Amino acid sequence: MRHETIEKSAGLLGILTALAISIGGMAEIVPLIMSREAVEPAPGVMPYTAIQLEGRDIYVREGCYGCHSQMIRPFRAETERYGHYSLAGEAVYDRPFQFGSKRTGPDLARVGGRYTDQWQRAHLHNPRDLVPESNMPGFPWLSENTLDASLTPVKMQRLRTIGVPYTDEDIAGASALVEGKTEMDALVAYLQGLGTAVKGR
Amino acid sequence: MSGFWNAWVWVLTLGTLAGCLWLLQALTTKRKEKRPAEKSTTGHVWDGDLVELNNPLPRWWLWLFWITGIFMIVYLVIYPGLGTFAGIGGWSQTSQYEAEMAAAEKRFGNVFAAFSGVPLPELETDPDALRLGRNIFLNRCATCHGSDGRGAKGFPNLTDTAWLWGDAPDTVIETITNGRTGMMPALGPALGEQGVTEVIAWLRALPKLPASAAADPAGLAPDVAAGRQKFLSFCIGCHGADAKGNQILGAPNLTDTDWLHGSTDADIRDVLMNGRTNQMPAQHDYLTPDRIRVLAAYVLSLGNSGGAQP
Repeated sequence: MRHETIEKSAGLLGILTALAISIGGMAEIVPLIMSREAVEPAPGVMPYTAIQLEGRDIYVREGCYGCHSQMIRPFRAETERYGHYSLAGEAVYDRPFQFGSKRTGPDLARVGGRYTDQWQRAHLHNPRDLVPESNMPGFPWLSENTLDASLTPVKMQRLRTIGVPYTDEDIAGASALVEGKTEMDALVAYLQGLGTAVKGR
Repeated sequence: MSGFWNAWVWVLTLGTLAGCLWLLQALTTKRKEKRPAEKSTTGHVWDGDLVELNNPLPRWWLWLFWITGIFMIVYLVIYPGLGTFAGIGGWSQTSQYEAEMAAAEKRFGNVFAAFSGVPLPELETDPDALRLGRNIFLNRCATCHGSDGRGAKGFPNLTDTAWLWGDAPDTVIETITNGRTGMMPALGPALGEQGVTEVIAWLRALPKLPASAAADPAGLAPDVAAGRQKFLSFCIGCHGADAKGNQILGAPNLTDTDWLHGSTDADIRDVLMNGRTNQMPAQHDYLTPDRIRVLAAYVLSLGNSGGAQP
């Protein structure tokens, strides 16, 4: 095939370009999609409970990922502060993942259990009540907004379609678990579960 | 990774490499070829006389391509890049991390170990220990207790003389290592609105009364006397008859000016009605015993290291 032939046919050029640039992805990404260690949960990692799932949606809605990462890299400077480095098998139920790419605030991959529920509530309401030097915004409306429990089973159903192993009982009982809970309850439940499957550092 | 995907990675990676090098080889204009007298062009012509020259790539540029190819081969031999082949260099992300941790433990482990035999009261005056302790404090404790150790509403101030669980060295080490859970039950149902008001009246009056008042209610205002009665029924078990608290249970002294959950009537009412469960998270998963001792020394140095209770 002559250089000229390719160059003068936009369609052919497009197809061959797409093929060329997809080789990297085919070698690096596709085998990982098929690899057990990347797609199976690490020991102890469970799908989010109904209330945690709602909390995760609040986390996404409020854009927490803009300032907080959820990815502890295997460096001493990170593990000394945040705990054991993140494992691929810990993110299998995160759709989409919340790795983030910027740390204005600390990493949250293992924030679960690090502080008490009471601390999380007071801190989310107004961070400066507890940490005077903090520049994190307050989220006082979270305690006032009640969750819409009718949506929870739908979300879980959709997640099951793409492979999260929720049982029928999980989905049937979801509304009752979420009913009457505030967004604050949900977000705290989500945060308190983050990274707790792997202990220590 | 299964055999198929392993082969897949090998074929794609080495195939691309071979393809690139072949292209480079096949399309290189040979030096020995005589350049035509007339300049070679791509055949494109614009505006009647504007042509595009088709000169060979400068040699130094061409060599950069070859060097890139050679680098790739060397890299793939030494480092893991081809499927499950680990490379002959023995490098892995985990081993690099473990080497980093081991090097740090070698360097800093001794620093902390040197303090392990020193009694805490001595450590409290050692500037090196305090500097290390402060670093740990800022990393693990400051978010709740404040970077200055003064705490916040619901989170104890460590710089004053009030200690919920006590300030004996071993007690502080135990508190940090295994954490604490302080439980104040909700007394709303038992006391009722009126009862809570009376208990608050008693707590307000108590610091001004002589010590004998707890035993002898004579001469007290009616609501204070009623509050005393309720206090002696419901609160005495943890806070004691004199309301000075009990460090074994983490029950605070109610006669001082230190109010963990706020000192207004509304704050105290809320605690009495709804109770409180206050938790200090355990640190044993995160800090070695040597580090906890140094941290405990720093915490004690913040407050009343003498240990005299108010």
